[in-house]
Amino acid sequence: MQTQNPSPLKTYLDHLERGELAYQFSPQAGRAVFYPRVLCPFTGSDRLEWRVSTGAGTVYATTTVHPTEGAPYNVALIDCDEGFRLMSRVEEVAPEAVKIGMRVRLRVHRPGGDEPPCPVFVPEGAR
Amino acid sequence: MNGLKRGGAAIVGVAESDLGQVADGFSPIDLMAQGVGRALADCGLALRDVDGLFAATAQSRLSVLALAEYLGIDPPCIGSTIVGGSSFEYHVAHAAAAIALGMCNVAVIAYGSTQRSIGRRQASMREINPYETPFKPFMPSSAYALAASRHMHAFGTTREQLAAVAVAAREWALLNPVAWEKKPLTIEGVLSSRMVSYPFTVRDCCLVTDGGGAVVVTSAERARTLKKPPAYVLGCGQSITHSAISSMPDLTTTAAVASGKQAYAMAKLGPADVDAVELYDAFTINTILFLEDLGFCPKGEGGRFVKGGSIAPKGKLAVNTNGGGLSYCHPGMYGLFLLIEAVRQLRGECGARQVKDCEVAIAHGNGGVLSSQATVILGTQATV
Repeated sequence: MQTQNPSPLKTYLDHLERGELAYQFSPQAGRAVFYPRVLCPFTGSDRLEWRVSTGAGTVYATTTVHPTEGAPYNVALIDCDEGFRLMSRVEEVAPEAVKIGMRVRLRVHRPGGDEPPCPVFVPEGAR
Repeated sequence: MNGLKRGGAAIVGVAESDLGQVADGFSPIDLMAQGVGRALADCGLALRDVDGLFAATAQSRLSVLALAEYLGIDPPCIGSTIVGGSSFEYHVAHAAAAIALGMCNVAVIAYGSTQRSIGRRQASMREINPYETPFKPFMPSSAYALAASRHMHAFGTTREQLAAVAVAAREWALLNPVAWEKKPLTIEGVLSSRMVSYPFTVRDCCLVTDGGGAVVVTSAERARTLKKPPAYVLGCGQSITHSAISSMPDLTTTAAVASGKQAYAMAKLGPADVDAVELYDAFTINTILFLEDLGFCPKGEGGRFVKGGSIAPKGKLAVNTNGGGLSYCHPGMYGLFLLIEAVRQLRGECGARQVKDCEVAIAHGNGGVLSSQATVILGTQATV
């Protein structure tokens, strides 16, 4: 009999569909794991619990990409309060106004079509 | 500790293939073979002597098979470790180990790329990372730009200091007859160029050229019987921190700390002993990070260290003496060229850009997006 566990990516994307940023927590290591995987990179254990982030974080690093065509846009690394980092972008402000240390919160972006939702961020005070 | 014997192996032959924009129809394996032929001629060995073959390129999945077939050889020892631009520094360590174990005696390490001729998009397989690709980072530039942003934030490094790296590389390139860039460059020229991924303009980014080459590694005993003075492998070290930039633990400190530590320990040398410093400068921030991580200046001081022509010709430290990936040549996986230049500096073959009394040289490769770091310390007969 084949076992058909849901993939880490599928679980992550299912959460995003529901408007949630999911990450894993390693009880043995006592720390967050991101991106989602089948083995804990700190312990080698397959015991990983899924948790949902509060969506609050801080900009860790930032750049503004200047494509040869089209408007410049932000790419950032965000440190979420639960102790994991992910690539994302900060919206609602000019890309060059995104600063390291800026407090941000999650907004799930839904590009539509065949593209899955993805976690973007806005400044903490943004509406 | 890596179990290798200091000075047990040596690089005895080096050569570039055609560089820049090669003639129509050249394949990456053509350029590897050209490099192999020239590197063997450089040391006076023949193809029939080759019993170890190492190769890597982004353009051929099974490059060592393609190259062995092309050369008509069946080497008992092969290797195709591919970790981006630092692959060839890994190959040197693997070749030295294979030679020590008797798996081979004459190892050739080869590289070839036609990315300029065919376009970067054709040259590398596009990899989708579901956790990064949706945000459209311009890779690899944006990854290094993120690291630069963090360095600027933490240590006050400025765009002018980054630009000083590009200007120094250009000054060295103007002394290298085969360098791609032929015109002088100023700090202002770097800053006012087209922005790619802030804080980098196109002048903070490596070239996109074709090119390849090869180096020949053999035992110290055999090295002493060959045409040119050997460049002994005094130290090797390798370390990996991540693959994707979002998984890099600390964007201001690279695995070069670990690779350098291993290489210095094996060589029983420190940064103060190094005469020529060849660092993988894919972007201007690289040179700053590696100068810090390899101990040439304290962490955070790299920006201030490179100011005022201090790493340019006639500066206080000879860094990237061929003009680097920024101004000499960058076919995508530049690490092999670091070894070629380090060997030539040790032999005293570098003409106008020759570093005086060069006895110890370091070749530091970087792969991925600051992901894999590999350090090779080479020295002349006097250092063994």
